[in-house]
Amino acid sequence: MKIMLIDDSKTMRNIQRSVLAQLGHTTIEEACDGQDALSKVGAFQPELILVDWNMPNMNGLEFVKAFRQSNKTTPLIMVTTESEKARVIEAIKAGVNNYVIKPFTPDLLSQRINETLSRLAKAA
Amino acid sequence: MDPAFITPFIASIQNVFTTMMQLPVTIGDPRIKAEPATTFDVSGIIGMSGDVVGSVVLSFPISTAQRLVALFTGTEMKHDNPDFADAIGELTNMISGNAKGMFAGKKKVTISCPSVIVGQNHTVQRPRDIPCIVIPCSTDCGDLVIEIAIQDRSAAPTAAAAAGATAPQ
Repeated sequence: MKIMLIDDSKTMRNIQRSVLAQLGHTTIEEACDGQDALSKVGAFQPELILVDWNMPNMNGLEFVKAFRQSNKTTPLIMVTTESEKARVIEAIKAGVNNYVIKPFTPDLLSQRINETLSRLAKAA
Repeated sequence: MDPAFITPFIASIQNVFTTMMQLPVTIGDPRIKAEPATTFDVSGIIGMSGDVVGSVVLSFPISTAQRLVALFTGTEMKHDNPDFADAIGELTNMISGNAKGMFAGKKKVTISCPSVIVGQNHTVQRPRDIPCIVIPCSTDCGDLVIEIAIQDRSAAPTAAAAAGATAPQ
């Protein structure tokens, strides 16, 4: 499965990459903000996207809104420190399929990835 | 400063350090900080804007920061490695963002992307009318402090939200 990680922190991308490797996912593309991600999604064609919220240039919410204009199906998981209820609702309304609040344990991130993929597989 | 801003940062640093690094944090007695220089030589800085304005600084001795970064990333690195600043910035971001989630409620508060400064005796400019509270923290990697200078916008009509920094002359 092709997975894109969008986070301005390389440290965070490495942590997520390590969790994904433990789940057997190694085909990964990284982007450092929403703009960088939009420039890469066409060529990479991700099957799952993990996206941070607070990033320079184009934040995660702006990316989700832009991405969903042309792609309604690729699952998106927001991985962010933004934990207020209003923010979570805003992200889901924009098209996010699942939400992980930082800090997270590797188990929690694995669980959210698995539940997102299995939910979408059932719906297909 | 509203004491309701302090407790979330205590809970947040404990949550972030135990979740991401399995590292317990012992909290000391908070105090008001008058001097402009940061407590230690490495600063992770976040600005807050919206209904709450000001800045938050995580201040570490270099040795503590290097041990924390090694634990957080799984890689030992010197403070001049760009990944060192990235890791300190992400820790600062998680602690501030997590705390914001606890005190924001219905307030609209935005946090900036983190900045990191390394250097002896540097200062982080704070709005003059916002007091700074220092929370001492102790870990097995060493001591650090959280310097919190934030308040409700309604209480600080002239306060600039952005955090700035000056290097020592």
